[in-house]
Amino acid sequence: MEQKIIKILTDLRPEFDFTKNINFIEEGMLDSFDIVNLVSELDSTFGISIDGVDILPENFSSVDAIKKLLVKNGAKE
Amino acid sequence: MDFVFKNKRITGILTILPQKVVTFEEEMGNYSFSTAKSMKLKLAMGYKEHRIAGPGQCSSDFCIHGLQYLFDSGLLDRDSIDVLLFVSQSPDYYMPPTSNIIQGHFGLKHDMLCLDINQGCAGFEIGLIEAFMLLEQPSINRVILLNADVLSPKVSDRDRNSKPLIGDAASITIVDKSDDDSVIHANVKMDGTGAFALNIPAGGFRLPSSPQTAVIEEDSAGNFRSKDNLVMQGDNVFNFVQREVPPMIDHLLTQSDITKEDVDWYMFHQPNKFMLHKLADKIGVPYDKMPANIVENFGNASGVTVPTNISYNLGESVVTGSRKVCMAGFGVGLTWSSILMDLGYMKFNKMINF
Repeated sequence: MEQKIIKILTDLRPEFDFTKNINFIEEGMLDSFDIVNLVSELDSTFGISIDGVDILPENFSSVDAIKKLLVKNGAKE
Repeated sequence: MDFVFKNKRITGILTILPQKVVTFEEEMGNYSFSTAKSMKLKLAMGYKEHRIAGPGQCSSDFCIHGLQYLFDSGLLDRDSIDVLLFVSQSPDYYMPPTSNIIQGHFGLKHDMLCLDINQGCAGFEIGLIEAFMLLEQPSINRVILLNADVLSPKVSDRDRNSKPLIGDAASITIVDKSDDDSVIHANVKMDGTGAFALNIPAGGFRLPSSPQTAVIEEDSAGNFRSKDNLVMQGDNVFNFVQREVPPMIDHLLTQSDITKEDVDWYMFHQPNKFMLHKLADKIGVPYDKMPANIVENFGNASGVTVPTNISYNLGESVVTGSRKVCMAGFGVGLTWSSILMDLGYMKFNKMINF
């Protein structure tokens, strides 16, 4: 799951290294428009629909946070 | 707040759209997105094309054009109008009310009520609820609900939150007393603590427009706008809608004692395609019952998106037959409202250009 998440993030913003242990939001690596595109990609890749109330910046701040969000919304490991 | 009405119906809807079509490709250079990002957003958000009023065209001009069309085509008798109810965030003037200007333009009878309401994205539902309440009066048999907004001049060309999606339009809805005693359920909620989630900071009495308010500044998200421009706190509005609208629809259906499946169409306000699909997923409604094609074809014209949705997607089906329709609007105020009613055997349901 981590590798798929990193690939989606890298396709979205190839200029950044998403394997680093940093906060993607605080570092300006993802803006709200990136999150829209990211959610669309995650939904189709994992066959889920991330709940709209979970689409908050803190849930996209790291690969771990995104993984937790996906599991909460029904994605399989 | 819940409402229940009987013996009222919508007998006609006319949507009036600007002729001018502007495509996303024409504007995307203003937004400093990469081409790849723009193309992905186009699909997810519904950035395709929108209708923009021409120079000098105001909200009343669209209403007057539509009313003239209805009078000329014999679809509306001018003497039958008891109320002109104008719902907008873009009146022609601070004073007089735009509804009075429209009444005066046509020289309509004096024995009538002209009323302006300042409402936005829930303006169709708020207007309908007001119309239904007015129709409780013995002296009122017909309300003409005018929803109109020409807000594009207030949106900065370099505001990537709002500019790709804004649209201008008007609609005329004829609301009549009826022998039909089917029940109409409705509800409204408001939260003024979120009043500035959507706002135009300058231009009113609190902060008059001046050379200082016209200075363009960049915000933290890369949007360029002045205090004379519309501001939308997109993240806050998105979260408000996702949090409040699904329980509102559940409550409406419970009050109406029907299931989601009993509803033929979910005609919702359309801020953007992404938000609408997330709502459909949460409520548990298939996308083909909740059309999301208005924003990508015409833009988001606040309270006019729901009647545009009905005119564009339901067309003659509500003239020759009847459908159970759940309507919902949500936005500025903050305001969220929904109505469940039958739409059917209308005299007309169509769109024209101006």
